Amino acid sequence: MAVSGLLFIGFVLGHMYGNLKAFAGEESFNEYAHHLRELGTPMLPYEGFLWIMRVGLIAAVIVHIACAVALWSRAAKARPVKYAVKKNRGSSISSRTMRWGGLTLLLFIVWHLLNFTIVKINPSNGDTGGENPYALVVDTFDTWWMTIIYLVAMVALGLHLHHGTFSSLQTLGLTNSATSRARARAAGWVVAIVVAGGFSLVPLSVLVGIIEK
Amino acid sequence: MKLTLKIWRQENPTATGAIHTYELDGVSKDMSFLEMLDLLNEQLVTSGEEPVAFDSDCREGICGMCSLMINGEAHGPEVTTTCQLHMRSFNDGDTITIEPWRAEPFPVLKDLVVDRSAFDRIIQAGGYISANTGSAPEANSVPAPRDKAMRAFNVATCIGCGACVAACPNGSASLFMGAKITHLGELPQGQPERWSRVVDMVGQHDHEGFGGCTNIGECASACPKEIPLDVISQLNKDLRTALKNGH
Ligand code: HEM
Ligand code: SF4
Ligand code: FES
Repeated sequence: MAVSGLLFIGFVLGHMYGNLKAFAGEESFNEYAHHLRELGTPMLPYEGFLWIMRVGLIAAVIVHIACAVALWSRAAKARPVKYAVKKNRGSSISSRTMRWGGLTLLLFIVWHLLNFTIVKINPSNGDTGGENPYALVVDTFDTWWMTIIYLVAMVALGLHLHHGTFSSLQTLGLTNSATSRARARAAGWVVAIVVAGGFSLVPLSVLVGIIEK
Repeated sequence: MKLTLKIWRQENPTATGAIHTYELDGVSKDMSFLEMLDLLNEQLVTSGEEPVAFDSDCREGICGMCSLMINGEAHGPEVTTTCQLHMRSFNDGDTITIEPWRAEPFPVLKDLVVDRSAFDRIIQAGGYISANTGSAPEANSVPAPRDKAMRAFNVATCIGCGACVAACPNGSASLFMGAKITHLGELPQGQPERWSRVVDMVGQHDHEGFGGCTNIGECASACPKEIPLDVISQLNKDLRTALKNGH
């Protein structure tokens, strides 16, 4: 769980960086998307790098979900009778919402891939963008409810990363003192804010017209 | 003080229990929580009802028997054991809900009494060191570095009360296990069995049906002995090292 989660953290950081290319204009953004497909050629076939990443991420998703299901069912079996009254004293909203929040993210990722990769659903004019992912991004976030879906997903992602970052470091046994634990908690905040904030910049900028076609 | 008590009553391990409500008057602020329950039981016995069964032994915060979930908090609102909790932590007119620890490996025997022998089996699986019995060895013959000794002492204060399990949304006993693994793992005497210890204890823990840790941290906040969360990290680190070395 921790290892697959850390892979996702690496991925979202890279993906977020790529998205910020939207601020550099249509050409840079599309060039970057194109570059991802040519990365490693001629050593790798066209889209070879992309497929290595895809296979790796799919494997990580499977591991991550399998662990989540195992932990969830063990927890349910370990406490079959619930408390009539139970207070939260040491947990955070992020640590308490890992399971439902993770499911929300899964749903979002399915929708997101349909939106930008597999079907390229363009809710504003049906144009799939063809070789122009920049146009698809702008059209998407010109639609207010799409922006809302993405922003809600980023809140869920921020929460998931806030606890997930700390938790993975603790699971790997890297927080053996109060200081290192405080650092791991701080890392959770930084990753959550940078990633969720960074991802949210593009949709928000499209919505208010800073990024346009 | 006058209190309304909502208490879990359950005849025996297989009976279905329910929360019963009692009114209790004449509670003094200076009473301990268990003395308050003693008062309730006197009242129940006088009126010919079955007294509420609850556990206690030392009543001085060192044995870990007095396991009660009080208003949704293990051992109640203070960082201490139930026996060291006093009624001055409550107010006149309060409603107090009292439940047993809830975990499949801690079955309810009667009312508020649970069977915590799953903890004993975890300790038997690995929470020990092997030493010759007979005359005690010279105390300073095996030197322990000060920082390690301090850490070992701090986590050796675990009394095995089970509050960590009770508070954990996953029903995991990782804090309890981590405390023992850290305590023995920091000391020279704990080294010979160090790697098999963690593997065997975790194996027994999972076998007993405790949940898996997701580092939520309710345990450390509930612990009357303030065992810190880093013992779980230590457990994970020792487990990783042990598995890597083929234990
Ligand atoms: C506001 C947030 C986001 C925006 C604007 C965004 C935008 C995009 C775009 C435009 C693409 C297609 C790129 C191309 O055609 O080369 C894409 C692909 C993808 N995104 Fe996002 N994304 C966001 C958040 C996320 C998040 C949070 C995740 C996962 C946790 C994610 C996972 C993916 C994946 C897996 C792909 C497909 C990669 C592939 O196999 O080609 N995205 N995203
Ligand atoms: S770690 Fe704390 S809460 Fe858990 S059994 Fe030991 S003393 Fe009780
Ligand atoms: S009765 Fe011994 S710790 Fe409370």
